Amino acid sequence: MAKPGIRAEVRGRVARLPRDVGPLGTDGFGYDPEAVERAAIPAAWLYRHWFRVCCEGIEKVPDGRVLLVANHSGQLPFDGMMICSAMMLERNPPRVARAMVERWVPRLPFVSVMMARSGQVVGTPENCRRLLRMEQAILVFPEGVRGLSKTFDKRYQLQHFGSGFMRLALECQAPIVPVSVVGAEEQAPALANLSKLGRAFGMPALPVTPTFPLLGPAGLLPLPVRYHMRFGDPLRFEGDGQEDEHVVQEKVALVVAALRQQIDELLARRTGIFR
Amino acid sequence: MSAERVLVTGAAGNLGRRLVQTLHRRYDVVAVDRRPIGGLPKDVTALRADIRWRGVEQCFRERPVQAIVHMGLMHNPRNEVGQYRYNVIGTQRLLELAAKAQVKKLVVLSSANIYGPDPDNSQYLDEDAPLLGAEYHVEIRDLVAVDRIVQSFFYRHPEVSTVMLRPVHIVGPRIRNAPSTYLRLRKPMTLMGYDPMVQLIHVDDIVHAIQLSLERPVSGVFNVVGPGEAPLSKVLELLGRRPRPVPSPLAWRVLSTGWRVGLLGFPPPELRHVQFSCVVDGQAARTKLGFSPRRSMEETVLSVLG
Repeated sequence: MAKPGIRAEVRGRVARLPRDVGPLGTDGFGYDPEAVERAAIPAAWLYRHWFRVCCEGIEKVPDGRVLLVANHSGQLPFDGMMICSAMMLERNPPRVARAMVERWVPRLPFVSVMMARSGQVVGTPENCRRLLRMEQAILVFPEGVRGLSKTFDKRYQLQHFGSGFMRLALECQAPIVPVSVVGAEEQAPALANLSKLGRAFGMPALPVTPTFPLLGPAGLLPLPVRYHMRFGDPLRFEGDGQEDEHVVQEKVALVVAALRQQIDELLARRTGIFR
Repeated sequence: MSAERVLVTGAAGNLGRRLVQTLHRRYDVVAVDRRPIGGLPKDVTALRADIRWRGVEQCFRERPVQAIVHMGLMHNPRNEVGQYRYNVIGTQRLLELAAKAQVKKLVVLSSANIYGPDPDNSQYLDEDAPLLGAEYHVEIRDLVAVDRIVQSFFYRHPEVSTVMLRPVHIVGPRIRNAPSTYLRLRKPMTLMGYDPMVQLIHVDDIVHAIQLSLERPVSGVFNVVGPGEAPLSKVLELLGRRPRPVPSPLAWRVLSTGWRVGLLGFPPPELRHVQFSCVVDGQAARTKLGFSPRRSMEETVLSVLG
């Protein structure tokens, strides 16, 4: 599937990753730089050839601890995969973005292992705090499933942002880089979300798209929309994370506003969802 | 000169014997167990007794005891009824004796399994993490009860310097607990699509941690971690094992049936150890107890081969 060009590119990039690993090749969270290559090759193929990602501002991601805060959409978290790919393929030097994933992921066979080996971790505050102190780049989607599985009529409407990420950024003195993704909303337009039925199967949502569940698992394949991604200027906030909720919410609102503006600019410039 | 007297419960076990063999060079050791105690150095006093009975009390009367290492908890998952009583009442009696005899130091060996492998766990559990292990593992219920007894002892007897250790899976040449036995299987069963992070500690390192607990003027609860974390698959690879991945619903069924009819020695909840992570943070033991493992990951893993 992957052309030799992509394979060589990924290999060269992975070789430049820091190798801060334990005695048997993984870090304490199960991230394995050797295994990252296997996951990164198909992701890089999607990045270059399927979603043809236009990425700007990646140089704004600083070294050391940082929180990448992004809008979330598209039913399946390809947006997360593409942000991680951008960090791997476009940034110099490359970095592994440690995405904070849903709590139900560790229950899933295969997915749980693949996620852990490629550097993703369960989104608990303790995990985030520990990784920030390890000077890692953390990717969070504060909208969570609310953003991911919203229906097509709500596209590009930011859902409620929790304040947990901001408290952690304050506590750990980590800068926040707003990352806006345009395109993922159209990759799997959901007509409805049968969340009750989904929960009966242990899933946080069950979207109905023109192709899913009609075409079975193949219907999960995203449309080949073009992704437009922008990394904004790092935002630094003062505080210790113990503030009253309304104080923290004011700071969250600034991040949301920055994301909103970036999304609007990208949308205004876009001439079509596949272009 | 007379050395400090240390009473070790559960001394007939493999870990107990190892500990006594190390301690007797510095301390006057009394080895207590219900089981026959063999293979001990000559200068060790062996006392075959149930810690709930008078024999142990008599031992305190003869000569003052300065320290107690309590690791005589029963872990046999088959013998559930008598075991709970033995562990709870035994611990309570021993702690009463400790307070009455004004010992200076009490070291209790618990386990990091008390937190339990769980998909909701944060990657690293510190000593304040909830003790959820008993939800699935019946043997852990005993540890939780013992934990409560020791916790209240901390408050009621601050004059006794008390240390409770929660080590990760202990492995070693002659250790016959579930993790060591599992790692000795040539074709161990694993769960298809799961590969949790595991932590192991060499029996010599845990002996070292107990020694430090006796020597250092510290109290508290400490997770004790070996040379690091690794995916289960890498540990099995290092041992040259050929794992047999089984889909998890099938594995549960096979194991519960095998366990019920007595064919298999692993109780079904043990499967959670090869499905989810129970990784603990050993920071407090490193800083306050000054503990760091001496055995490397490879040495630790390969030690099960004996």
